[in-house]
Amino acid sequence: MKKTEPISKKTIWSWLEEVIDPEIPVLNVVEMGIVRDVDIQDGVTTVKITPTYSGCPAMNAIEMEIHKKLKEKGVHNFKVLTDFKESWTTDWMTDYARKKLKDYGIAPPEDTDDNEDFLTTLKGSQKIVPCPYCDSIETELQSEFGSTACKSQYYCNACEQPFEHFKCI
Amino acid sequence: MSTFDTIPQTEKEALVETLLRLADDRLIHGHRLSEWTGHGPELEEDLALANVALDMIGHAASLYSYAAEIEGKNDEDYYAYFRDDIDFKNIALLELPRGDFSFTIARQFIFSAYSYFLYTDLINTVDDEQFKGMLQKHLKEIKYHLRHSREWVLRLGDGTEESHKRIQDAFDEIWMYTGELFDMDEADEAAVKHNLFSDVKSLKPKWKKIIDETLEEATLKVPDDEQYMFSGARQGRHTEHLGPLLAQMQFLRRSYPDAEWK
Repeated sequence: MKKTEPISKKTIWSWLEEVIDPEIPVLNVVEMGIVRDVDIQDGVTTVKITPTYSGCPAMNAIEMEIHKKLKEKGVHNFKVLTDFKESWTTDWMTDYARKKLKDYGIAPPEDTDDNEDFLTTLKGSQKIVPCPYCDSIETELQSEFGSTACKSQYYCNACEQPFEHFKCI
Repeated sequence: MSTFDTIPQTEKEALVETLLRLADDRLIHGHRLSEWTGHGPELEEDLALANVALDMIGHAASLYSYAAEIEGKNDEDYYAYFRDDIDFKNIALLELPRGDFSFTIARQFIFSAYSYFLYTDLINTVDDEQFKGMLQKHLKEIKYHLRHSREWVLRLGDGTEESHKRIQDAFDEIWMYTGELFDMDEADEAAVKHNLFSDVKSLKPKWKKIIDETLEEATLKVPDDEQYMFSGARQGRHTEHLGPLLAQMQFLRRSYPDAEWK
């Protein structure tokens, strides 16, 4: 009879790093901060994920990809749960993930500033987002909304290219 | 584990009612916004309105799912597709036809401002971790919605003669539906007692302030608050617009109730 070693949490985490974001294929769901917890109790693996943007249609795809990945690796007794306790924030994105985004041509999110009183910022000027192609700060916001729920649209006056920005949330 | 397992029946019912009211508002608003997809006045706005619609529907979906979990039956699709108009608890403001771009913007601004103050207050009120987590998450997106609609109110109001007239007409027409935002019935009072909802009447001054300031900056006249205000939609007495909206939204799902997305 084959003796199987119990799978460690560390192994599960490393497998989840192979699950790629369907919209931004340079990032995986672990470095995006989507996977919040992995727990193994009585042979059942529980993976907790948190949604990025509420209306993000990719979340279902991501959940299915996690199911597929775990089955592919031979894990059959598992649950993938969506947990709202901690609200997803771009602050959870690793520095390495941000660099990959920039190299891909999407301006990465800056750190959120929760201390600012939102109502006063309504009238204020937009944060400056540097161009991911030429690093210039002569950029302007075209629209708060872009091709996906998480991105906004910018234009760089220096290198004259449009680019998208991963919105800070 | 969720705290609802240990709470008494009356509190459970109050929580479900609160979740459904919040969810119905957002589903119906999301549906009206989605009607702009492919018809936006310009490409950026087509995207913007579709994105806000997505957020609204996403908010509704998570609230419905949680209500289903608490009731121990049904799922988000049941609430969205298999209830009739008298069972929907949204306010009339949100079921009105999408109108022109100004009308949509006026409505989005009024509702986003209301949602911003409601959620900010609710986050400090509720104890339930999952509910609070959802509210915190949704609030981040509501801020984008408020910024978006406010920017447009300013551009349309302080714009051309035509845009100014259209958005003024929009606010004049829509005003009688704003009263319902701040109505409170027995179900609301019960929810407030259980720390599940806010005393929305007390939030009205903050809401009014941002509306008044924005309209003034947009060179628009704020409609008179002393006028007939529609009420009753929350209790199932809707306008003639909800029926056709649901017919369109629910038709496909109801025609093929056992269909699966494969």
